[in-house]
Amino acid sequence: MALLDVEDLSVTFRRRGQRTVHAVDGVSFSVDAGEVVALVGESGCGKSVTSLALMGLLPRRGAQVGGSANFDGTELLALDQRSMRDIRGKDVAMIFQDPLSSLNPVIPIGIQVTEVLVRHRGMSGDAARKEAANLLDRVGIPDPRRRLKEYPHQLSGGMRQRALIAIAVACQPRLLIADEPTTALDVTIQAQILELLKELVRDSNTALIMITHDLGVVAGMCDMINVLYAGRVVESARRKELFAAPRHPYTVGLLRSIPRLDVGRGEKLTPIRGSVRDVLPWSEGCAFAPRCDRRIDASIGEPPPMVPTHTGHSYRCVNPVPVEEKA
Amino acid sequence: MTLASGQKKDKLDRLSELAAVRDDEQGVSLWRDAFRRLRRNPAAIVGAAILLLFVLVAIVGPFLVPYDPAAQIGVQQGVVRSGAGIIPGPSSDHWLGYDHQGRDEFSRLIAGSRQTLIVGVVSTVIGLTVGVLLGGLSGAAAGLGGRWGRWVDNVLMRIVDMLLSVPSLLLAVSFAAILGPSPATVMIAVGAVSVPVFARLLRGSMIAQANRDYVLAATSLGVGRGRIAISHVVPNSLAPVIVQATLTLATAIIEVAALSFLGLGSQVLGQPEWGLMLAEAQRYLGVRPALAIYPAVAIIITAFGFTLLGEAMREALDPKLRK
Amino acid sequence: MSQPLVEVRDLKVHFPITTGVIFDRVVGHVKAVDGVDLAVPRGKTYGLVGESGCGKSTLGRAILRLTEPTAGSVRFDGVELTKLPPAKMRGMRRRMQMIFQDPMSSLDPRQNVESILVEGLQAHGIGADRNERRKIISKTLDAVGLPKWALSRYPHEFSGGQRQRIGIARALVLGPELIVADEPVSALDVSIQAQVINLLDELQDELGLTYLVIAHDLAVVRHISDVVGVMYLGALVEEAPSDRLYREPLHPYTRALMSAVPVPDPEVEDRRERILLAGDLPSPANPPPGCRFHTRCPWAQPTRCADERPVLRDVGGTRVACHWAEQINSGELRRHEVRVELIRPEGEGETPGVVSAPSEPGSYV
Repeated sequence: MALLDVEDLSVTFRRRGQRTVHAVDGVSFSVDAGEVVALVGESGCGKSVTSLALMGLLPRRGAQVGGSANFDGTELLALDQRSMRDIRGKDVAMIFQDPLSSLNPVIPIGIQVTEVLVRHRGMSGDAARKEAANLLDRVGIPDPRRRLKEYPHQLSGGMRQRALIAIAVACQPRLLIADEPTTALDVTIQAQILELLKELVRDSNTALIMITHDLGVVAGMCDMINVLYAGRVVESARRKELFAAPRHPYTVGLLRSIPRLDVGRGEKLTPIRGSVRDVLPWSEGCAFAPRCDRRIDASIGEPPPMVPTHTGHSYRCVNPVPVEEKA
Repeated sequence: MTLASGQKKDKLDRLSELAAVRDDEQGVSLWRDAFRRLRRNPAAIVGAAILLLFVLVAIVGPFLVPYDPAAQIGVQQGVVRSGAGIIPGPSSDHWLGYDHQGRDEFSRLIAGSRQTLIVGVVSTVIGLTVGVLLGGLSGAAAGLGGRWGRWVDNVLMRIVDMLLSVPSLLLAVSFAAILGPSPATVMIAVGAVSVPVFARLLRGSMIAQANRDYVLAATSLGVGRGRIAISHVVPNSLAPVIVQATLTLATAIIEVAALSFLGLGSQVLGQPEWGLMLAEAQRYLGVRPALAIYPAVAIIITAFGFTLLGEAMREALDPKLRK
Repeated sequence: MSQPLVEVRDLKVHFPITTGVIFDRVVGHVKAVDGVDLAVPRGKTYGLVGESGCGKSTLGRAILRLTEPTAGSVRFDGVELTKLPPAKMRGMRRRMQMIFQDPMSSLDPRQNVESILVEGLQAHGIGADRNERRKIISKTLDAVGLPKWALSRYPHEFSGGQRQRIGIARALVLGPELIVADEPVSALDVSIQAQVINLLDELQDELGLTYLVIAHDLAVVRHISDVVGVMYLGALVEEAPSDRLYREPLHPYTRALMSAVPVPDPEVEDRRERILLAGDLPSPANPPPGCRFHTRCPWAQPTRCADERPVLRDVGGTRVACHWAEQINSGELRRHEVRVELIRPEGEGETPGVVSAPSEPGSYV
């Protein structure tokens, strides 16, 4: 059995006077211990809302969460606030995109790290301080003892993200959710942080859910990849298979539209037409159909089912891209 | 799956059209968009209704009052002897009773609304005008003026700071001492107090806007600095100032009442004004506390109306809350 | 080959760091751009790549004199821009335009598309009357692939990709020769980026435009540029034709940058050599002496690197600013560990005093 099993997760935002938004519309995936699973998609595909729903961080009013998320026998979606708080930070931890707004600007880094240790690991002041310095050292922050006394604004963006990761891994969580952890960082710093995350996962057998829009990041580090579009998983495959033989037209379109470093000047990109706004509600057919070149009559009318293959690869399309015609 | 293929295509086209903007309607400007959201906000409706009623009363009320608000009917008829503590309360003829000089309280309350509205609006307009001029100049100088601009801005802002550091009541009392007590004094004093608020608000908003890329884009198009300030920076910075003006109207009415209460306001005998009525009523609190409650409630309701509308406008104009 | 359209010589942009209440006192300088030489050939694309804080955006703005250069020269079609009086400069702006990163903040939210496009025409007195201007505008709309009905609409009614098209139309409407594009696609969704990149390519073919594309994404820059310049801490460290730069990066920083860009292909990712740089970018207010990269360079040598600032020199068709480029390229010098030095972000104090609320545009009262 997997460490985390998400089954048919849905999040609906209802607000007075506004249109109801199905931000997440039936997402299923699972994560094993020590596995890196990616949720990939563009803005508005529901990847971040999925992670917030798992962490119980959605506003209680206005957001309706359905489906199930079984974390090692515990149903995350059914937990009350208090038990969720116990799990959060201890068993499941999260790393956000913007380290500056995720850290409290008026509290020294050290206290923010020790706080977690005291609360979840029941450590006393001195032991916690020592452990905090160890943690900062482990995430590659130089001179950790002095850093403990400093405030977030005194650290660079990359160092702040390291500090945030230190807080996240302080209690040796079994599941780490990283929501665009490197989007705000420069490429060379991104490489450092990704390397650090890989190391942490390898050394501690932690499971990692990587939420990103960058297929390049995914290609380098994720075992299992779920491509999201308009709140649903449209394709799910192991890393090499997804890139070697993508089946869903959206995945193929994404891969063809990214400029690649190893492809020369002047080679035409094939963009996906329209914009992310042009979606069909899933209840009316395939959400990607309005932008899809391979849409057929069967794409409209009813939602396409997830088609599994024998290799564990599955896609939600009635007219998939043939395997030979690879991107 | 019984739909014929042609129908399906139609449906798809229709749906993708729905998702995109349709081409037969006009674009919606930000102001119009804000107004649309304002209309859907119940707080705005309630606030606007209160204010509409207030303005209506202020305009036509004085012509419809049952009695002359300055005539001391009660004293002439001998029913009111405030010296002896006799001020009769509500009756079928006099809905809110008499005041301490035997005048009809209801007529005075209605008639007083006009003076209160005028004083509130005029003082806000004074503050708004001076504040927008100072803030606009300062903001344009700081945002677009380069080195000299920063210097001009510094000087202007220190002047505004000085104005800000003087307590408003002291300022008003000093004005009254120089100009003599009159409604004009009160309006200038209350207006002067709100100048720094408007100036700082507009300046801050303009500096923020001047750093936006569209200002750079206009510069790179070859548009002159003055034109950029007038056609881009100022219009985009006005929204918070408008909101603040609405909120200031509420406080202006209360401040005017306070200054009239201190005897710095209207000295024309018999002219009703809510603040003045409140001031006069204090001597008879023991006899008839209702005389203080009527104008107080009127002031509170009006201020409440302005505040409701102001808050609703703030919400409607906030670009972050737009979908 | 003809004279390049843009020639930049020893360009410097230093921002003073000031304190003081009424009278500014200069306490130091941020050397955002510190001595850059480059030439943009006519009809070609020059790509400027570097990480945040390297001064690439400032350089782009200084070339257009949207930021005043501190020293150095910028020649546009033979005309020295830095000494041009303001009125003449405004006239020149017609020939050089800019495309911005964030299409939302670079479009005035209270202007509809028509008035956005008309503004530049009016500023330069192009088009005799409304009708003639409308003609120019509708031609431009066609060129960037926007429908006619867009004219009466406001920026907030468009998607990100369409907004960027409006920004491109605004730049094109004046018929410029040079377009400086500052991160033209980085704010857009992945599937939309390709649309905009293709559009820029097509427009260049049709109109013979010269581009200076500024971006942090090496893959994007390589895709659309003929020549790529790599910037680090206010200066160019390497400049080469796009394909050559990719095949044979000579500067250690370029190599590290290249190895850090993720490629959406697991086969490539698994085989790649990774050069992880230690630490962060040093502060441009206090750049390291000698080679600015030596504090993080895995090939730094005990001699020369720390005390002699390397200049760009020609090494087999590439211009590179490294004392040891040949030796590193031949494998004579080997990589070594670099100790991380902590870099303080700009404007840090020891402890936060008063935490002032950020004055954000649009946050009222």
